Amino acid sequence: MKHKRLDLSYSQLRWETVFKRILWIMSAILLVLVIGILATLIVQSMPSIKSLGIKFLWGKIWDPVNNIYGAYPFLIGTILTSFTALIISIPFSYAIAIYLGEYNPKGWLSNLLKNTIELIAAVPSVIYGFWGLSVLVPIIRVFEAKIGVAPYGVGVFTSSLVLAVMIIPYAASLGTSLIRMVPSPLKEGAYALGATRFEVIRSVILPYTRSGLFAGILLSLGRALGETMAVAMLIGNTSAIAHSIKDAFFGPGNTMASVIANEFTEADHTVYLSALIELGLVLFVVTVIINLIGKKIIMSYTNN
Amino acid sequence: MDARLKVRNTKSIIFKSVIVFLAFVITIPLIIILLYIIKQGVTQVNWHFLTHVPAPVGETGGGISNALVGSIIIVALSSIIAIPVGILAGIYLSENANTRLAYYSGLCVDILQGVPSIVVGMVVYFWVVKPLGTFSALSGSVALAIMMLPIVIRSTEQTLKLLPDSLKEAALSLGVPYHRVILKIIVPCGFAGILSGIMLSVARIIGETAPLLFTAFGNPYLSAAITKPMQSLPLLIFNYATSPYDEWHNLAWGASFILLMFVLLLNIFTKLITRKWNIQL
Amino acid sequence: MEHSVISASNFNAWFGDNHAVKDVSIKIEKNQVIAVMGPSGCGKTTFLRCINRMHELVPGARTEGTLKLYTDDIYTMNPIYVRYKIGMVFQRPNPFPNLSIYDNVVAGYKLNGLKIPKAEMDHIVEKSLTSAALWNEVKDSLHKKGTFLSGGQQQRLCIARAIAMEPEVILFDEPTSALDPISTSSIEALFHELKANYTLIIVTHNMQQAARVSDKTAFFYLGELVEFDNTRQMFTAPKDKRTQNYITGRFS
Repeated sequence: MKHKRLDLSYSQLRWETVFKRILWIMSAILLVLVIGILATLIVQSMPSIKSLGIKFLWGKIWDPVNNIYGAYPFLIGTILTSFTALIISIPFSYAIAIYLGEYNPKGWLSNLLKNTIELIAAVPSVIYGFWGLSVLVPIIRVFEAKIGVAPYGVGVFTSSLVLAVMIIPYAASLGTSLIRMVPSPLKEGAYALGATRFEVIRSVILPYTRSGLFAGILLSLGRALGETMAVAMLIGNTSAIAHSIKDAFFGPGNTMASVIANEFTEADHTVYLSALIELGLVLFVVTVIINLIGKKIIMSYTNN
Repeated sequence: MDARLKVRNTKSIIFKSVIVFLAFVITIPLIIILLYIIKQGVTQVNWHFLTHVPAPVGETGGGISNALVGSIIIVALSSIIAIPVGILAGIYLSENANTRLAYYSGLCVDILQGVPSIVVGMVVYFWVVKPLGTFSALSGSVALAIMMLPIVIRSTEQTLKLLPDSLKEAALSLGVPYHRVILKIIVPCGFAGILSGIMLSVARIIGETAPLLFTAFGNPYLSAAITKPMQSLPLLIFNYATSPYDEWHNLAWGASFILLMFVLLLNIFTKLITRKWNIQL
Repeated sequence: MEHSVISASNFNAWFGDNHAVKDVSIKIEKNQVIAVMGPSGCGKTTFLRCINRMHELVPGARTEGTLKLYTDDIYTMNPIYVRYKIGMVFQRPNPFPNLSIYDNVVAGYKLNGLKIPKAEMDHIVEKSLTSAALWNEVKDSLHKKGTFLSGGQQQRLCIARAIAMEPEVILFDEPTSALDPISTSSIEALFHELKANYTLIIVTHNMQQAARVSDKTAFFYLGELVEFDNTRQMFTAPKDKRTQNYITGRFS
């Protein structure tokens, strides 16, 4: 029996090497995957980059029928939707972070709120879109008629509202854990000097967590920029540039993600398809940069 | 002096009220949305609904069996692709935290986590759909597997990093070869954490629509062929929700309800597991 | 002349640039209890971990010189076989939390996928637990998880786990430093019984423990083996000044 045991373990040694190699390969696959995604986007964008050049980015007209491609309407649409959503969401994200992080970090109520906020992120985006289309759009239409803009219902404003709700969890959950990490001696020091709760939050907690909270906002922004379905269903899909700021805000528009979703399978010639992919490339690069900056800030934060 | 203190205290109380108000008021839209979908959807769901394909425009009845079967097949296939790769890569990252490869792979996980899902769909179109010459369930699964990977990897990595080194050393000191130490001790000890990561990732991808638009594409008929276009719940919701027909809207509500139940159940199970085994994710 | 169980000659070990074990030569004879002591960071644990080739698992670890089990060079043997022959018990009790007490004892067999008849397996479990003075306490709960035991019981379970492999040598890395005094004394009592069948090498920073349990003591200082002698000799008349300083508490 002893002999058999020894024999077996030598064969195990080979397996050990094989196993380590497999782990290495699985990890290396991730590099291949990311480089592959980037390479595919670049290669497939080449026809568009070659024929349209850099002016693609600020070309104001998107007219596939006449083979004119300008990304400007989608850049504006994306920025307008994302930042509006972000601005709406920030007070809520901060409030949740401060409430769960400082006022009420434990207990059933805080757990309930935490789980509910997580649920917001769990609901599929297509469901938000469907609900927005059936419930929110008619309400917005009435509202738009009241304030005297063309009552489309769908549009940048509607998308931003839904988007704002969808992105809250990202900044909120990060903010909560960062606020919980504020060392209590710092807070106690301020309380010992007679500071009120509000003063402690304003002059100790928020300054201490400022960069981390900013990182949370970046993560939310990354989500907002790339969010596709809810926006594609609610934004109205117009590639024309609005005539006034009011129209641009309340009227229909398009984002980079939504135009890809709506037109990719219809793109019937090379440059058209390639222009859509170039939009995807821009979206990819921008979201990657935003996310990496956010992660970097969080890393430097948690390491200290 | 006294008056100033009063002002400061009042300020503090007002601030707290505003915070509490803002923190809780945001749950209202969620509750409204959930209740609305349950109200619209629950009346649609019955045995017929679950076992029949959608009726053509103008006819009443019909169901979502094609989307239900499609979603299950696509998600199962994605899991088969993503879970082994994700767990093994997660093991590598937790075991070799300081290598150069681990640094760059970790960076790639962060990148994958932030890639817009529509971009994944686009890329997989060129990787799978074009070479095969047709939209297919397989291509949809590849796209969703890419979405799953970062969650599975991170949860595996974080769970395993929390296990004490002494466990590994104990097994190694018994002459157990490395791969058996990992597969028979380390992974089973971190099983609950890895499992909850997997469930979380399934909950995340089961509702993904954008990556399927140019891959699985959708199919009005019941199909189990993975090299052919296939319907899925989110695709059906998208297509029928944006159609002008009321019957189709009703189907979409029913499908939304079912999808929501899947997502809720997966999230609740994950919560139960993490609570039972006291895992931090 | 009988060969020593473990013999090192001019043995060195590094962690990256840190020369942790310097030119150690030692001969350890069969069926003895050897205490290895010295201030923390003196290389005693590193030396111990070199004996069953656990040291090389740390990234950047490196060794030089020869280390033998009887006449075989440990560093040319299959590391897995080395670890079969040289068992180890760690500072903190570390039973496998996913396995029952029974499976913990035969973990070395089961995790290696060795098929052993049930009767023989039962025999190994009973014998090992008896040797580790744990059988009477756990014989009715063999299929419960090992993590429910007390700290001292867990450590004896870990000893049983090492014994089950029928090793030549058992290494102990500060085996009682995480235990209470009562558990410590039961483990120390165990050493006396185990030495009939095994050679024990015990790293400890507790001088009293070294004096109580060992036949011979090795004193490490700054990576060097300063002195290796009969324990009584060492504690009553150390030859080296540094040993004397240490046992009289002049540096820590």
